[in-house]
Amino acid sequence: MKKFIAMLMAAAMMMAMVACGNTASNNGNSSNNGGSADEGGSTDGTVVIRIGGIGPLTGDNAVYGVATQLGAQVAVDEINALGGPIQFEYNFQDDTGVAETAVSAYNTLKDWEADIIYGCTTTGPSVTISAETYADRYFQLTPSASSTDVTAGKDNVFQMCFTDPNQGVTAADYISANSLGSKIGVIYNNGDAYSTGIAEAFIAHAEEIGLEVVATETYPSDKNTDYNVQLNACKDAGADLVFLPIYYSPASLILAQASAMGYAPTFFGADGMDGILTMDGFDASLAEGLMLMTPFNADATDDATVNFVESYKELSDGVIPNQFAADGYDCIYAIYAALQNIEGLADMDHEALCEALIAAFTAEDFSVDGLTGSGMSWSTSGEISKDPVVVVIQDGAYVTM
Amino acid sequence: MTAMKQARRLRKATVNSFINYAIVIAAFIILQILLGQDMISNSIQSMLVPVCCYIVMAVSLNLTVGILGELSLGHAGFMSLGAFSGIIVSTALKDVVAAEPLRLLIAMLVGAVMGGIGGVIVGLPVLRLRGDYLAIVTLAFGEIIKNVIMVLYVGIDSDGLHMATKEANLVLAEDGVAIIKGPMGAVGVTKIASFTAGFILILVTLFVVQNLVDSRAGRAILSLRDNRIAAESCGINVTKYKLMAFVVSAVLAGAAGALYGLNYSSTVASKFDFNTSILVLVYVVLGGLGSIRGSIIAAAILTLLPEMSFMRSSSLKDYRMLLYAVILILVMLASNNPTLRRAFGAVGKKFKSSKKQEGGAAQ
Repeated sequence: MKKFIAMLMAAAMMMAMVACGNTASNNGNSSNNGGSADEGGSTDGTVVIRIGGIGPLTGDNAVYGVATQLGAQVAVDEINALGGPIQFEYNFQDDTGVAETAVSAYNTLKDWEADIIYGCTTTGPSVTISAETYADRYFQLTPSASSTDVTAGKDNVFQMCFTDPNQGVTAADYISANSLGSKIGVIYNNGDAYSTGIAEAFIAHAEEIGLEVVATETYPSDKNTDYNVQLNACKDAGADLVFLPIYYSPASLILAQASAMGYAPTFFGADGMDGILTMDGFDASLAEGLMLMTPFNADATDDATVNFVESYKELSDGVIPNQFAADGYDCIYAIYAALQNIEGLADMDHEALCEALIAAFTAEDFSVDGLTGSGMSWSTSGEISKDPVVVVIQDGAYVTM
Repeated sequence: MTAMKQARRLRKATVNSFINYAIVIAAFIILQILLGQDMISNSIQSMLVPVCCYIVMAVSLNLTVGILGELSLGHAGFMSLGAFSGIIVSTALKDVVAAEPLRLLIAMLVGAVMGGIGGVIVGLPVLRLRGDYLAIVTLAFGEIIKNVIMVLYVGIDSDGLHMATKEANLVLAEDGVAIIKGPMGAVGVTKIASFTAGFILILVTLFVVQNLVDSRAGRAILSLRDNRIAAESCGINVTKYKLMAFVVSAVLAGAAGALYGLNYSSTVASKFDFNTSILVLVYVVLGGLGSIRGSIIAAAILTLLPEMSFMRSSSLKDYRMLLYAVILILVMLASNNPTLRRAFGAVGKKFKSSKKQEGGAAQ
């Protein structure tokens, strides 16, 4: 048996070597033209820009990765169909939500000679990749990695979503300004950077503005299934509003278990709550009155949203797009808008393009209208500035407050 | 007669060890030449250090699982200990030790020591027991390490190291930097790991493990695996030798973890979870329990396989993880197929007789 394995391994190694050799030779050939942005042939004046996307297409976070992948795909298809002078090539690689895999996905995209990096979807891999793109000088725009660590100290990385602290502060301000609750309970996942980031900023800001936080409860993983302990602690402390800066799948269990124990405070979520209504097997009536911050509402009736939802459904076999998909769509349009402000695209390699895009994104008069906000602009730190929107769920649909 | 036999057996083991060294050194030289010629794609280049780490992980786990015969399901926990202690040491010594290779060496030594301490803590009480207790306790150990690091905030300033379990409690002076930020993990790590360091670590691992196995202590460890009662009746101190193998394995995993942690600008504790432990165990099982060469080859191939360019090509990339799983299953099925085994056994015998006693020794 061991012999056989050894032989098999040897055979596999040979295959690996052959595959290795292929890439290597491809690489050698194409490195002659310096990996510039004009490989698409500039005879007819079109410039082909290669966008390399990274996100989890498999694993625990696949639902978010697929949304960002397809959301951007919709935008790429639309822009290419316009037939303008800028055309996109799009290659999205799976990172399984793990930094190590993200690095090899990123390097695969480098071998593909990407010009711009779009991603990552989740925070952990993004922090790792942003350090790589910073060193290699690739322009990077992430649809949904919301930690400040993603952009900190890197001039080439920009975010389409709100940062975690920003969401926490906005939520505290909103609750205070509209006096939604006097005693606040917080339940968050302390094994998750996103959840912890929002919760800590929320608690710190609540203290500053005089909101009373009576209970701070944590759980270690979104695989948790029993939240009765946390809910009881909030109930015993008399919390009349529970802030849930968590993803929708644990939130759905919290809502169900709160309802079962007869505890009915106001629940307030962050953008990770988006998607709860379309979750399989979730009783939407439980979410009645739930408030959440989301920049995107798939039920909106404006043309842009309706068209997007329609195109997205075609690509995704009928799945309704969530906020991640809309962020991805806006990312591509933001890049497209910035590219149009750049002259001499055809002669740029990814480093020159990176500098030009940084200048374009941070230009004072640069702003983008998209699905997740209008007049979106970026600071030099890479953070986005757009208006947060709070919605409340009424009759199974989002109603903007 | 017996003396001669023994001499031949020993020589066989030595030859076998040297084949392993030769494979590793040859692979290193070939890769260095290819790297020099710029013949290796970026994606393969980025995999070189992690592959080295996984090889060390697999060989060290093989010491526990294949050679000692105890099931350990928390090997990633030792890696995690090594990774985070290595990152802390490397960041803390940034101004003191300017030379990166030296700093990497210190970080790996500290990682190894931390892994060893973890190994002693787990092994000392548990290895005295019979049955599958080690599997259960190491499983829990891995989870505990993961959860502890997830709530740990570590920072450094001019006063020294600070630790807290809440971000607000981590108060640093103005020149301070946070090294580990709870669930965010270690962020902003200076990458100092190198392929050469990985190669040297593999050689050190081979040297330690192979010499341990070939030593008097190694024969005691093997005898414990084969028949504990018989070994005990010969006067072998069961706990001592079990602990020896287990701690050596943990030390090596700690060093591999430090190298791994310093290869990325950020590392999260959840990377070193149960799945990673199982992944390393898969390398060991598919490579062959007790076969060090098998562990090396299996770790290298199975780490590289899902990242190969053909797996990430536009036609296959959507089925990447599915294909990987199918290949694992096929390898497992094929290696247990009696017809195939007989066929390869015949080939192997021919190969052996033509090569006399040189080839295929302790596979």
